[in-house]
Amino acid sequence: MIVARKFAWVVVVAVCAASLAANWLAPTGYAKQFRDAPSATPSAQHLLGTDELGRDRFARVLYGTRISLLLAPAAALVSTLLAALVGGLAGYLGGIWLRLARGFTDLFLSLPWLFLLITVRALLPLNVSPLVSVVITFFILGLLGWAASARVLSTSADALRNSDFVLQARASGLHGPRLFLVHVLPNLKPVLYAQFWISIPVFILSEANLGILGLGVAEPLPSWGSLLRELEGLISFREEPWRLVPLLLLIVVLTSFQLLLSNEEVTA
Amino acid sequence: MIGRRGCLRLALFLCLAVLCVCGSTLAQSGGELRFCLHSEPKTFDPLLVDDDSSLAVRYLTAGVLIRSNRRTQALEPELAESWKVAKDGKQITFKLRHGITFSDGSPFSSEDVAFTIQRLMDPALHSPTGDAFRSGSGAVSTKIIAPDQISIVFPAAVAGLDRLFDQVAIMSAHSPKKTAAVLGPFMVAEYKAGSTVLLRRNPNYWKKDSQGHRLPYLDSIRLDIQPNRDVEMLRFKRGELDLINVMDSEYFDRLAASSPGLAHDAGASLDSEFMWFNQVANAPIPEYKRAWFRSTNFRRAISQAINRADMSRVVFNGHAQPAVGPVSPANKFWFNSKLQAEPYRPVSALKLLQSDGFHQQSGFLYDKSGNAVEFSIVTNAGNKPRERMAVMVQEDLADLGIKVNVVTLDFPSLIERISQKFNYEAAMLGFRNIDLDPNGQMNIWLSSAENHAWNPQQKSPETAWEAEIDRLMRAQASTADEKKRKESFDRVQEIVADQVPFIYLVNVNALSAVSNAVQGANPVILAPQTFWNAERLTLNATVQASR
Repeated sequence: MIVARKFAWVVVVAVCAASLAANWLAPTGYAKQFRDAPSATPSAQHLLGTDELGRDRFARVLYGTRISLLLAPAAALVSTLLAALVGGLAGYLGGIWLRLARGFTDLFLSLPWLFLLITVRALLPLNVSPLVSVVITFFILGLLGWAASARVLSTSADALRNSDFVLQARASGLHGPRLFLVHVLPNLKPVLYAQFWISIPVFILSEANLGILGLGVAEPLPSWGSLLRELEGLISFREEPWRLVPLLLLIVVLTSFQLLLSNEEVTA
Repeated sequence: MIGRRGCLRLALFLCLAVLCVCGSTLAQSGGELRFCLHSEPKTFDPLLVDDDSSLAVRYLTAGVLIRSNRRTQALEPELAESWKVAKDGKQITFKLRHGITFSDGSPFSSEDVAFTIQRLMDPALHSPTGDAFRSGSGAVSTKIIAPDQISIVFPAAVAGLDRLFDQVAIMSAHSPKKTAAVLGPFMVAEYKAGSTVLLRRNPNYWKKDSQGHRLPYLDSIRLDIQPNRDVEMLRFKRGELDLINVMDSEYFDRLAASSPGLAHDAGASLDSEFMWFNQVANAPIPEYKRAWFRSTNFRRAISQAINRADMSRVVFNGHAQPAVGPVSPANKFWFNSKLQAEPYRPVSALKLLQSDGFHQQSGFLYDKSGNAVEFSIVTNAGNKPRERMAVMVQEDLADLGIKVNVVTLDFPSLIERISQKFNYEAAMLGFRNIDLDPNGQMNIWLSSAENHAWNPQQKSPETAWEAEIDRLMRAQASTADEKKRKESFDRVQEIVADQVPFIYLVNVNALSAVSNAVQGANPVILAPQTFWNAERLTLNATVQASR
């Protein structure tokens, strides 16, 4: 397990370093269109070939990794914090608060997300730069993605509320926020971590889906989501295996993140 | 004695005779043709058809008085033996064929034509097909001269009147089966919602081939309702489908690579892709941007700075042609052959911009007031070729120092922005043209029209050139003289090329696929591309045996 975790660290650090060094590793940039070589196979000039518009796929993978690795965890953090606030507190308080919170999360989960997102996108100004658009996209995802995690957290917090050690703490005179912060929240940490890591790939894939609806990352900026969209309609992987690189990278990075979690976090 | 040469001649004659007999047997051999509709047909009432799937069913089942030949684009007599349009364009007289019966056996006569026209023009029916005939206020009258002769009189001249009858399915006035009684080669036998429409051959179809065999050759056509193009392609490759009527370039190239004989590129279609700038007077955009968009030089410069050849080659893999204007060169009669597609001329574009006071500084373009030139192009999300075209425009204009933001929106939001709130700067869309006649574009070119996209519903034309287009479009619509109509519409095309209210980008090619099992297919650019001659299509014996 220690070897696996070390390996995971190496992978994560290497991917982060490569994405940060994208300007140096892929000086052509992610937007330059080599129109004489659209959908080109890998070569010395284009290590992963080019996309349908002749843009260097290697550069787009590096820049896309930078964006997704930065913004998907940020969105996951926003959603996990909201989930902790709503679910954790409701579970800890119990009674009517718990029922209210569960009703609210159920209502939120039953909302037609896509229509909500489409409405939000339609209201946004048109002249925003691609970078601002990607930040908005992930922020919206973070704001809307807390409900499922809150459901899990409220159940865990409810179980903790009735546990022996919390009863003992109460008997010892500990109440209110202090009891929550000192005894409940630290015990929710593994669940919070798990929800955080689970949310990251969910947000990356959501962003890919949103691209089809127009809420994804604006062109020409790449993201893992937009790179995964390239796999749409791909019938044979054997003919163009290099197009799978973004997918493999996503799997490797997310597996590495999972390996970095401690045992108890994984169990949670 | 028959000599050696005589023997050879006799053998050759016998072989030919056997081949002819085999050929005719094969042609008569029936079978079931299969292909996909991409959506549910909304109606089986031929006068209410307004969607592609219903159009396909109507084409295969309906009998019409006049048919526009999809290959030659010429009009051909069908149920009408002959016809005559009055000089004033208000009246058309048909001489009908004898001895024709509907699929249920009821006889066809001028009463059926009169019934169809009255129903078609009934305002309560709201027939989209009927709208094309509404040329002025007043009722349309029909006059039955004889059982095989009828005259239809319109309150005002209808331009291209005879061609419009290609869309009018003649219905029975007396049959209890109503819309189910048809005069076309096939009739609807079964409909399973969300799954299949099964058409069977009309045993009473009037048309015969040159050898006197009754058409159609096929026994049935099965139309599977399948919106997913990937599934359609896989089923075609597996031999479960015989035709793919319309394909995009990506699928086409994939098929052409694996089975070159099955993929058909019929050349540039009537469809065009284009972009335009918002010129609406009260649109919620900055005043300086409205001034750019209303400048002819600005629009011309943008048009010249776009590399259409690259667009055709990169986005459509060469299966598109740089567009010239509102009429595709594929429209043989109405295209103004004096015009050419705008070539890629970035240097000339910059000069035009400079003549309007624009200047470059540190790689960016500024107007004479110092505003950086930046605008957004909205287009519908999910349309990959269109998204790619927008990104290519973004890169081309970046070379001039113009910053373009590409925004993809869901279709309802896009339509709301471009036609109701006018809250956009530039838009990119496509025009799917199924009508060869310019009258089909009246709702685009008249300044008062709703679809006058760059500045719709004007109370009076805001520019002299729009007033001139209004005049020319009305002039061509009010005469039956084809030559005069052509002159007027040629001039419209010239004004559009000069003023660039729409920046036409490409005409996409008509791409389709036909399996080896189908004989007699000859894909064309006009819809329905692959099955326009369905009555003469046959399937080879092996396929029939396997089904």
